[in-house]
Amino acid sequence: MVIKIFKNFFKRIFSNLFKNKREIKLGFYGPPNAGKTSLANRICKDFTGEEIGSVSKVPHETRKVQFKEKVDISYKGKKMVFKMIDTPGIATKIDYENFLKYKVSKKDAKARAREATQGVIESIKWLDDMDIVVVVLDATENPYNQVNITIIGNLVARKIPVLIVANKIDLKKSDIKKIEAAFPEYEVVGISAKFGDNLEEFYESIFKLSKKV
Amino acid sequence: MGKKKGGKHLGNIKGFAIQFLPYSEIRELNSDDRIRKILNIILGNNILILQGKLTSNEEARLIGDTMAMIGHIKDFKGIELAVISGNGRDSFFGKMTRGIANVLAGGDFSSITIIGPATIVKEMKRNPKKIELLLNR
Repeated sequence: MVIKIFKNFFKRIFSNLFKNKREIKLGFYGPPNAGKTSLANRICKDFTGEEIGSVSKVPHETRKVQFKEKVDISYKGKKMVFKMIDTPGIATKIDYENFLKYKVSKKDAKARAREATQGVIESIKWLDDMDIVVVVLDATENPYNQVNITIIGNLVARKIPVLIVANKIDLKKSDIKKIEAAFPEYEVVGISAKFGDNLEEFYESIFKLSKKV
Repeated sequence: MGKKKGGKHLGNIKGFAIQFLPYSEIRELNSDDRIRKILNIILGNNILILQGKLTSNEEARLIGDTMAMIGHIKDFKGIELAVISGNGRDSFFGKMTRGIANVLAGGDFSSITIIGPATIVKEMKRNPKKIELLLNR
């Protein structure tokens, strides 16, 4: 009995000691070509010197879930360890013919479409494993896309803290206000993953969100 | 819906039908059966107008099942999906009353869900007040 009490006591002390060292699983979700991998790359490059995956103008470049473990992010003297999880873009339709206009051969386009469908399924399955999620939206596109609403709805149902990122604010057509109007209950941070604009505000929000985990 | 527009010549639109499904038709079904029923309607080249909406989990499953069908069913490229809610942004009291009303009615009747096969529906343009269907020719 006494041994059991001691065991529990030490277990509690150790779990509290290492609580803050635990890796927080940070997922990047969103529609294809919103800049999920660009943002994940930017963060990984800043803190580990390595990228997480390749980016391309061709949609569905990321067709498998990609990870980068033990990413120590430091911000204003605070440190947190993240497991970065970059997911394939979620779409409701995939047509191989859409890839042909990017000068992809028919055979490769068909293979890309096949892999992309699997990627969407994989992304959805991974929703259950996230601690916090960054929903990356293209600020030049209409935010009232059902995919965006479905992703956010699923995260809310699973009680996973969400940060919405309005990417591509370097482009003239971008409109953060439209995204803020579409999702008034969420914090929206405008960034440019390509040029690294406004990442300070992004890190601030991520640290704030991590406290909810 | 989308077929006639100011008498303009729209070319040859592929054959399709619009099917309305009252919520009572899916209320008693479990998630698997709801999704199966919806996909059966879509695969029959129909644009489905569903009274109410699916849960976000069901929507995600519908997307997943759709993806699993691409490449296995001839010419199937996926779906276009949009949900529009008639409530707009309610006050706290409004949300609460609506919540109670939905529970009593057994579903959210203030929403409408439109789902169509991507071979027919090219795009669904959505804003908080309307949904526009652009069809493939």
